[in-house]
Amino acid sequence: MDNSIIQTNQISYDYVRTDENGEVESVHRALTAVDLKVSAGDFITILGHNGSGKSTLAKHLNALLVPTEGTVIVDGKDTADEEKILEIRQCAGMIFQNPDNQIIGTVVEEDVAFGPENMGVPPKEIAERVKESLITVGMADYAEASPNKLSGGQKQRVSIAGVLAMHPKCIIMDEPTAMLDPQGRKEVIRAARALNDVEKITIILITHYMEEAIYSDRIFVMDRGKIVMQGTPKEIFSRPEELKKYRMSLPQATEVAYRLKKEGIDLPDGILEKKELAKACVEYLAKKKQEV
Amino acid sequence: MLKDITLGQYYRANSVIHSLDPRIKLVGSLVYMVSLFLFNNLISYTAAALFLFFIIGLSKVPLSFMLRGMKTVIFIMVFTVIYNVFMGTGTVIAEFWYFRITYEGILNAACMFVRLFLLIVGSSLLTLTTTPNQLTDGLESLFSPLKIFRVPVHEMAMMMSIALRFIPILMEETDKIMKAQIARGADLESKNIFVRVKGLLPILVPLFISAFRRAGDLALAMEARCYHGGKGRTRMRVMRLMIRDYISILILAAYLAGMILLGIRCKGFMEYLVPELQCAAHVVKNWVINLF
Repeated sequence: MDNSIIQTNQISYDYVRTDENGEVESVHRALTAVDLKVSAGDFITILGHNGSGKSTLAKHLNALLVPTEGTVIVDGKDTADEEKILEIRQCAGMIFQNPDNQIIGTVVEEDVAFGPENMGVPPKEIAERVKESLITVGMADYAEASPNKLSGGQKQRVSIAGVLAMHPKCIIMDEPTAMLDPQGRKEVIRAARALNDVEKITIILITHYMEEAIYSDRIFVMDRGKIVMQGTPKEIFSRPEELKKYRMSLPQATEVAYRLKKEGIDLPDGILEKKELAKACVEYLAKKKQEV
Repeated sequence: MLKDITLGQYYRANSVIHSLDPRIKLVGSLVYMVSLFLFNNLISYTAAALFLFFIIGLSKVPLSFMLRGMKTVIFIMVFTVIYNVFMGTGTVIAEFWYFRITYEGILNAACMFVRLFLLIVGSSLLTLTTTPNQLTDGLESLFSPLKIFRVPVHEMAMMMSIALRFIPILMEETDKIMKAQIARGADLESKNIFVRVKGLLPILVPLFISAFRRAGDLALAMEARCYHGGKGRTRMRVMRLMIRDYISILILAAYLAGMILLGIRCKGFMEYLVPELQCAAHVVKNWVINLF
């Protein structure tokens, strides 16, 4: 059986600009023939520099946008089907970039309750879900706080709890860390990984921080509306030249290994973490010693 | 400096009044306000004041905190008093130019002062003991019968609560924009009012642009969380009347009945006091004459 939760078939999307008379002024193709397949329980990262179409793709995955061409299937439902839209959005939750602009409630727990309230969940169950989700993201102590008094990382975790309370199978995070400080970034990524590990929720993380990508199961690299590279982090980061072509940087450890290799030091491909790099260097030195 | 503004004037305390159903409090303050216009005699005023101070006592809101809120309306009160003192008709005490001071005028002024005072204190008690959220919920529930006439009650309540959520954020933003414009040489502290008004423009334009952007983001985030209007929506907190709410309904009904009775039985303010005052004025006058 096919266990894919999200599948896009050759989707393209045009941003159409119309003038006052409703006549087409210009058409900008943001996505071109994108094929994406995500298996349930995976942690997927989509990388790409600004304007590569990654946010547009994200909005397709929970029916905020419907493709101009092709189909998006979420949990067996076509996003073009108006009647299934609510089910699709419940199944695939979404976190946005700006932490302030996605919190609706004036109190943390009220905001977390917003999703289930819209779904028509009975009041008692909403309260349970809210409590549960806040505990999962480690924000239970702030249930009655005002969102205005939280840090960026905390706000993003509240947003995650808000999506979690809808009991989704999949969470799409559209650059959730772009507006956060390093501390907040760490908090959010940790929360995302915990959800994937413990709750087995499929995560689709969209980011331009390479460091956040190294823990994912698969990486997709986008450029000018197309998916240009895909594979495991090891596979992707073993091709530094290709990445640089798409104006992407490398994770720090990978960058160091890449430069060392260029200088003639023989290190294995696909080093992602500092520890790995250190180990590889030690091994290399030991080998050198033996040769001498 | 803009951050200091707190919206509403909720005073956090743990009292019976705080825990009452917001709908009861809303109706209660309305009844109280109406009751102040039912009568025009001293005994009724005393009774109304006593009732109000009894409620204030129950609410555990310090009197000083309450009176602090009166500062802003003191101008209106003073104006009303002066207007009434000079513009009354009846027994004249002193006269000059267009103005005439009459006994009835003084009494009317005193009466208006007390009435306004009770009115303002009574209504501020509502906002002091009820959070803006509870108020919104209460209003939504009270006006929900209007849905039959297609009044968008839910939408209005949602707008109100979103406004409450975003006011502090927009305040902060205004502060930022102001500083940014001052850094660019904008003159916001000029003594010339025209210069100052002109200086507002470069603050308002970016503020509006950012507010629209936020609104767009928020709409997207709400849609992503299955928001589709008030239809089929449940609430986490269901407002249910408790015993204390029923008791307060009884107290309120008793108060209203009592006030109506007092209003009918007692003599009007005027007949009650004018002779005494005339007598007192006569005594003072004689005393002053004797003195010289």
